Amino acid sequence: MKRHSFRLYRHYVALNIRSSMQYKSSFMFTILGQTIATVSTLLSLIFIFQRFPVIKGFTLNDVILCAGIVQLQFSIAEMWARGFDRFAVTVRRAEFDRILLRPRNHVLQVLGSQFELSRIGRLIQGIIMIVYGVIKAQVNWTFLKGLTLFNMIVCGTLLFSGLHMIRAGLCFFTLQGLEFMNIFTDGFREHGKYPLSIYGDKFLLICTIVIPYTLTQYYPLLYLIGKRTDWWLPWSPLPSLLFLIPCWLIWRIGVRHYQSAGS
Amino acid sequence: MIHLENVVKTYKVARRGTGTRETLRAFFRRDYTEIRALDGLSFDIPDGEIVGLLGPNGAGKSTAIKILSGILYPDSGTVECNGFVPYKDRMRYTREIGVVFGQRTQLFWDVPVGDSYALLKDIYDIPDDVFNENLEEMTALLRLEKLLTTPARQLSLGQRMRCELAASLLHSPKILFLDEPTIGLDAASKLAVRKFVRDVNERRQTTVILTTHDMQDVEALSERVMMIGKGKLLLNGTLSDIRREGESLDESLVEFYRQIELDNREEEEDLS
Repeated sequence: MKRHSFRLYRHYVALNIRSSMQYKSSFMFTILGQTIATVSTLLSLIFIFQRFPVIKGFTLNDVILCAGIVQLQFSIAEMWARGFDRFAVTVRRAEFDRILLRPRNHVLQVLGSQFELSRIGRLIQGIIMIVYGVIKAQVNWTFLKGLTLFNMIVCGTLLFSGLHMIRAGLCFFTLQGLEFMNIFTDGFREHGKYPLSIYGDKFLLICTIVIPYTLTQYYPLLYLIGKRTDWWLPWSPLPSLLFLIPCWLIWRIGVRHYQSAGS
Repeated sequence: MIHLENVVKTYKVARRGTGTRETLRAFFRRDYTEIRALDGLSFDIPDGEIVGLLGPNGAGKSTAIKILSGILYPDSGTVECNGFVPYKDRMRYTREIGVVFGQRTQLFWDVPVGDSYALLKDIYDIPDDVFNENLEEMTALLRLEKLLTTPARQLSLGQRMRCELAASLLHSPKILFLDEPTIGLDAASKLAVRKFVRDVNERRQTTVILTTHDMQDVEALSERVMMIGKGKLLLNGTLSDIRREGESLDESLVEFYRQIELDNREEEEDLS
């Protein structure tokens, strides 16, 4: 059954990619736009660091590495969880009915309904920034550091995906897009360029216990750039996965509400 | 075998006046009215029958279909289709049904229809031989050869409906729900759809539940009609129960609605 689900998901992705290839120029322009946006992000970082060589102990290269990682987390989530991101449209067009009519898991079908290949532009730029940051910040590469980076990317991607899922779950009640949820996704991508400690201790605490951003960004980053060496830091992203439980619950409640309230 | 007993379904609808002031007020305090979409609906449909569900707009037909297909929970009452409770056994029950909404598509918009079918094969885990056999049969009955390689967005409405029908039957469902399958179709396409539904019913003994406002659909397809009004079953019989001498079926139907006080004037008064 699991194997079949994976095959079905791959099939969905292939169809989505073939669909988006139908609109080549739109695809190219989207990627071009993302490139410009990312370059401007980089420039703004560079300008700021021309005035202050170090911000709360972080150098430009540390911040580029951090921004690259958050960018990568965000863009993978946007790519594969696009179905949740755009879920308001699905609900308003009553396309969720069709999902309920098929003998498959809802989440799998929503994930499969959209796959935004055009986010590959942002994704590649994230990778470039990470590679640049790793080289420039002179990360002494060890297995544990590789593992830290891997955990950050996987858990961060799932954290963003979970936020998209909450938004989708709430759509069942509002039937509208919820722009305020962008604070948590796009907002964190913007502010998460910098290690969260620069915003102060209170903010750091909120971003650990309310939405565990720091577990996929600040703490493992410290280990990555060699500021701290505690044994648990490479594993620090893993507890953030607990955040997916409330995300899933909100989604479940939304589905129940839809089925009992009608469309 | 489909069995419905005393099914009730209410919707909460936010009520608000018109104009900016009222809208602002409604933003802070909402008044809800309950609308009874189904008010104790009961009926039985034996296997292999074609049944037409009739009723004016807002009578509860779509709600009935949504409950029968497992999309919605009823507030109370019993629903049983082929031994399943639709809204509880979703995963197993949905393998046994096919649903076509005339106003919506289940095909991927930008890829050839055949590719959407291949995805359905994976969604329903249809074995190769069953899938190929069904696809061949549908292709022959609905003349799909050329359409299979065409993206859905390039199909005419009639062509698309033929493709939708095939899509909903690839997994050999035992029950087929058709919600206004001929809406907006030209005469030739309507005839093709009707003929196809009859063929499928005969060949496979598929139970067909049809909602439509086109009386010719009903005349051509269903031995049995069920009239729903205000969430209740008003008539369970045949078209001859409605038909009146010297009138078209539409006229007879309007007269029938009038007799049971279901005509639009009444409905408008209800709303005011």
